[in-house]
Amino acid sequence: MSDLVKKTLIYTLLAVGAIIMVFPFFWMFISSLKTAAEVNTSPPTFLPAVPTFQNYVFALKTAPFARYFLNSVIVTLACVTATMFTTILGAFAFSRLKFPGREFIFASLIAMMMIPFEMLIISNYSTMVAWKLIDTLPALIIPFTSSIFYTYILRNFFLSVPDSLYWSARVDGASNWTYLWRIMVPLAKPTLVTIGLLNAIIAWNSFLWSVLMINTQAKRTLPFGLFAFTTESGIRYERLMAGATIVVLPMIILFLTARKSIVTGVSRGGMKG
Amino acid sequence: MRRTAVKNDERITLATFLQPAAYLTPFMLGILIFTVYPFINVVLISFREDYKVLSREFSGYGLGNYARVFADPTFINALKNTAIFVAAVVPAATVISLLIAVLLNSKIKLQGLFQTAFFMPMVTSVTAVGLVWRWLFNFDYGLINYLLSLFDIGAINWLNDPRYAIYSLIIYGTWSMLPFTIIILLAGLQNINPQFDVAAKADGASPLDIFFRITVPLLAPTIGLVIIVNMISASKVFMELFPLFGGKPGPAYSLYTVIYYMYEQFYVKWRLGPAAASAMILFLIVLVFTLIQLLLQRKWKNY
Repeated sequence: MSDLVKKTLIYTLLAVGAIIMVFPFFWMFISSLKTAAEVNTSPPTFLPAVPTFQNYVFALKTAPFARYFLNSVIVTLACVTATMFTTILGAFAFSRLKFPGREFIFASLIAMMMIPFEMLIISNYSTMVAWKLIDTLPALIIPFTSSIFYTYILRNFFLSVPDSLYWSARVDGASNWTYLWRIMVPLAKPTLVTIGLLNAIIAWNSFLWSVLMINTQAKRTLPFGLFAFTTESGIRYERLMAGATIVVLPMIILFLTARKSIVTGVSRGGMKG
Repeated sequence: MRRTAVKNDERITLATFLQPAAYLTPFMLGILIFTVYPFINVVLISFREDYKVLSREFSGYGLGNYARVFADPTFINALKNTAIFVAAVVPAATVISLLIAVLLNSKIKLQGLFQTAFFMPMVTSVTAVGLVWRWLFNFDYGLINYLLSLFDIGAINWLNDPRYAIYSLIIYGTWSMLPFTIIILLAGLQNINPQFDVAAKADGASPLDIFFRITVPLLAPTIGLVIIVNMISASKVFMELFPLFGGKPGPAYSLYTVIYYMYEQFYVKWRLGPAAASAMILFLIVLVFTLIQLLLQRKWKNY
């Protein structure tokens, strides 16, 4: 095979693949700018004849998307902050502090990553009922403050930091607490950013748990709000696409600005969160 | 003084437990309350006979829930659909991702642009993107049927015909699995020493030889990992049904999956015993498959 043929083949395959991956997002956005009449035509038009923001106006008027958005922001920020805190402390204990049974406990935690979250909802639901948290935003936050996976990743990073740094800090009079927050956390910043981003994506997109926990419209998060919108406003694709764009856009912006750290973070971690 | 304090860390005293305990408590509280306790609880519930949700009374322990679940044709159908979904999506996603990863790993321009395109679906919500797929699959005005009509293929009722619904689910499932799979395989490829390639080329090996004789064997542990993780996540297929079929398990209730069955037993019918039993069955099946694969991989490594 000549080089030119080979190159053409590679680029063609990659371009076709890339278009298939991105096309649904393009189609979502383009359809959201069309009128009802234009959406339901065959053959479909690619670019809207006259772009209209009417669907966004309708979506924001019929469903409290602004409220959903705010709820999603609150839940995501709270989950990420709490998880970061427990992860940093946990990873430090598992990598630096010595205590009997450390390796056994850690190995058991790793094995627990196999347990599907979907299975646990049967019992976690009753816990939330007992704590009287049903239909509150804290119900969407409290169960998600610890992550074995992120603790595992951060522990691996902490283990890669040379021991000598720790002992010289201790000799200089630093306590474990000072050493952790003044030296380790700044060093681990890239890893922490990756973990935080992955966590934010998962919290933002969480759907099933919100459906179980939330009954009041004003307490819905975006993905649940969008799903409810499909039943409340009927299947009008131009409107649904406007709603979907509102849900997806913040994460796409986050992804485009932080692509490098998300990609290297996931590939280094080598597992799904 | 401080030096002795440091040395004291090595001896087991009360302080040896207190400090780690303080650091671990916030993390372990979450894990114990929301992973360990519910797991034990669900295992127990799955064996409880005549479990009453409200009074929490039950008559004893036994296999009644498992028997009931296995006798339910809906569950058998759910098990079958889940198996078909996993068997189709995991190999398809792995093969396509391997091809894309190898291409991305060759010396190409616009690397960043291609990576962005291939990885983007990873960050987006199943609900939102699923709605777009529902629109693409639409019988009358969907883009997929329009594209098929260009090739003189008649319109397919993707979402409302029980015969085709599972194909729609498989197409959407494969598409959404690609980004993560490509990332992991690409990272694996980048860890392979390029000298193997150079040496093989010097010996006159063709690109296909290099791919099957060098790349694939060296990448085997990564491929194994990807298959395990994807198998676990595909076996939990469920959320995709909400945007695609409006929350119903497919047209005419034909497309139950195991987790959907569990969800319905739990949240719609409040039959916790069968819900727990069905979740346990899925967990055990996936566990067995994972262990078999790990064993095979270990054996294969000792060639």
